[in-house]
Amino acid sequence: MILNVARKELKSVFASPMGWIILALLMFAFGTYYLNGVNDYFEVMSGAIRPAERYGVTQFVGQTVYGLASFIMLFAVPLLSMRLISEERRSQTLPFLFSAPISLTEVVLGKFVGLVAFLSILIVYIALMLFTLNIWSDIDFGYILANSLGLFLLVASFSALGLYFSSLTSQPVVAAILSFIALFALMILDRFFAGDPSNTMAQLSLMRHFQSFAGGLIDTADLAYFVLFIITFLTLTIRRLDADRLRG
Amino acid sequence: MMTNLTVEALELTRIYGGREAVSNVSFNLTQGQVLGFLGPNGAGKSTTMKMLTGNLAPSAGSVKICGIDMIENPKEAKALIGYLPEMRPLYKEFTVDEYLTIAARLHRVSSRNIKKAVDNAKERCGLTHMSKRLIENLSNGYQQRVGIAQAIIHNPMVVILDEPTVGLDPIQIRDIRTLIREIGTDHSVILSTHILPEVEMVCDHVQIIDKGKLVFNGGIDVLKRQRIGNKLLIGFKNAPQVSDLLQIAGVSEAEALENNMMRVRFAEDSMPHEAIVQAAVKNGWGLYQIAPDQTSLEDVFVQLTYQDAAVAEASAA
Repeated sequence: MILNVARKELKSVFASPMGWIILALLMFAFGTYYLNGVNDYFEVMSGAIRPAERYGVTQFVGQTVYGLASFIMLFAVPLLSMRLISEERRSQTLPFLFSAPISLTEVVLGKFVGLVAFLSILIVYIALMLFTLNIWSDIDFGYILANSLGLFLLVASFSALGLYFSSLTSQPVVAAILSFIALFALMILDRFFAGDPSNTMAQLSLMRHFQSFAGGLIDTADLAYFVLFIITFLTLTIRRLDADRLRG
Repeated sequence: MMTNLTVEALELTRIYGGREAVSNVSFNLTQGQVLGFLGPNGAGKSTTMKMLTGNLAPSAGSVKICGIDMIENPKEAKALIGYLPEMRPLYKEFTVDEYLTIAARLHRVSSRNIKKAVDNAKERCGLTHMSKRLIENLSNGYQQRVGIAQAIIHNPMVVILDEPTVGLDPIQIRDIRTLIREIGTDHSVILSTHILPEVEMVCDHVQIIDKGKLVFNGGIDVLKRQRIGNKLLIGFKNAPQVSDLLQIAGVSEAEALENNMMRVRFAEDSMPHEAIVQAAVKNGWGLYQIAPDQTSLEDVFVQLTYQDAAVAEASAA
């Protein structure tokens, strides 16, 4: 049933130009950065750098592309997540899902899975693009996989938060703005506490936890952070929708 | 005949901010019945329907669909219901086929029966030639049909339609009514409306709800009897005295109206029509019109919404 809801969401993203345009623009952006990364690599590495300081092409190009991806998703996810529930609220289509034999949890998970599946297309695309480096060099697959996993968790966290804000309002634009502000705040939280990295507030920053994945490291602490983040916001969304049913 | 209870509502109450939108509504529905839900705006019709379909949790009371409790086993109970809310829940970016396929899938129609279910629903609602059209581009009436198709796609035991004929043209309304009757033969249908003749045409059971309370619950024939009454409207060129009319056997009451018209009430089993005509001819009253005086349904409705509880109880029995 979760999959059926997810299928519906995916279908609805591709039924409008929005989904295709976002896919095309993002792929264009990633492609450009990839190309620049490869060009720069030859310029930087051919010259003045001492052999001991040189590092691999995977990391050099991957860093550029994944850095951009994590930043761009900050804008792309709120745009996609905004309509998930608030649009249904506005056009009063929620009773369609509520009167079908599916639980609220399945509805929320289905919507979440649908959005994450859509965004995973981009993650797979980026990974495939970087794998092509392997044609002429010997790349570090582990680094790319760690980064892909990190990006996936980051994007899933964004989606969970976006879904929650979407459930709060019946105005998709308000949902987008709110989730963008919230995500942006969570992203740069660690900058505010740069002087004191052990501060609890800094620990909440999404970017900080993405850093280890960006370095190619899969740390269970960060993994747990993302999973808890996702569960928290999905639970809040379910509770919000349940409140609709209880309070009307 | 064994009666299969499809819907049991027990003392449904819903409180919005301290005000009771629906209070203590109880009723049963058996298989093969079409129940009409009547009431003025804001009487609690839609709220009751939302509670029946599990879209809204009742503040008190319970709903059972074919014996399955809506609050305890919402998934099983919901699987037996097809619901068309007042605002059609249509995803306008999909085509009719796509939308109905999604509806079938979400209502647990097994994947090999989906195509058949979609075709069947389209055929019943007259949508076959609209399969590939975007719902957005359909006219209001066709969108309404898609809404109904969505509600019957999984062949539910209970179909709940909130104002199904709003915005349709007369021919479509007739089609939809036929469809509702057809569904009503082997399933149960609950429909709300404020078009009174519609209730008379399609329903065999009527409930009138006013200010959240059930004020009438009974068969359609009771309502019809209320409507026809034992009254005649007679036009005379030379109107006689009221006392003259009262002398005719069977006439129990007479009153003079404007334009030389008179309203005559007669006893339950008497037929004074002929006697009145003969008297009119004999006395040269100049009879030019005689017709049964039908209370308009609106009057019946108003009457019922203000009627005391005794009548409602008597008719429910």
